[in-house]
Amino acid sequence: MIYLRLGEAMANFTPVSGFLGGVLIGFAAALLLLANGRIAGISGIVGGLVLPKSGETGWRVMFVIGLLAGPLALIAARGAPFPVEIMAPLPVMAVAGLLVGFGTRMGGGCTSGHGVCGIARLSPRSIAATLVFMFSAIVTVWLTRHVFGGLVG
Amino acid sequence: MADPSRSSTARLLTPLAAGILFGLGLVISGMVNPAKVIGFLDIAGAWDPTLALVMTGALAVAVPAFRTILKRPSPVLEESFSLSTRTGLDPRLLGGAVIFGVGWGLAGFCPGPALSALATGSVPVLVFVLAMLGGALACRWLTEHA
Repeated sequence: MIYLRLGEAMANFTPVSGFLGGVLIGFAAALLLLANGRIAGISGIVGGLVLPKSGETGWRVMFVIGLLAGPLALIAARGAPFPVEIMAPLPVMAVAGLLVGFGTRMGGGCTSGHGVCGIARLSPRSIAATLVFMFSAIVTVWLTRHVFGGLVG
Repeated sequence: MADPSRSSTARLLTPLAAGILFGLGLVISGMVNPAKVIGFLDIAGAWDPTLALVMTGALAVAVPAFRTILKRPSPVLEESFSLSTRTGLDPRLLGGAVIFGVGWGLAGFCPGPALSALATGSVPVLVFVLAMLGGALACRWLTEHA
């Protein structure tokens, strides 16, 4: 059984594109810190747009435009969209969105702000937050897909 | 400081470039696809270790880059670095991380990939993003009124 599972894992594993994509994310975070002195934390950038403060809006809007424009340009160049396989029904997507929006603002960061930028500056708070949300997400997936299988489709 | 009008344009162009790079990285790495993220989080299923490689690639650049950049007295286009000065762990940090993790595990989306996945025009992604903005607003409101 273990071997079977490992075989499946190998079928899905895309280490080269994963690493290269990660390198681009690292360069993006470095550019924003070097040029603007800001942390590329998406939840913080978007959270600051929900109720904007003056002087803090322009750079955030531009970053979010880029976050959309990069993928849009890629779709235009390839002539086909990239795979986005939705894993949960619409009501669960809505609840998940609420929790992600609320939790990231409460905890002051997400996978990019704590997970990449915070760990890159060796912040103990970010390292702790990353371990906690990783663990929480792993438990959530285990509960919804194995213990109460089929709960979220 | 140099000509302020010139630097104010540059101050908006570098975040645009960083956003484009970040979005391309999310697509190329496959992290815009919730199936790959859930595949990583599902350690009892057909485990897909790709997310760990994405983190490795990002940190391989960001750790040395941040170390070098933060030795500067200031960033190139601004007076000073905007960094959190908070230290120590508190219930707000850890509680927020738990709540975020539940949402992340349910949908397979965190904020960046959800925004980049909007480029495909998917309705469930739009629902997720709107709910995410609502959640952020709710947290802001509670913080100011509780």
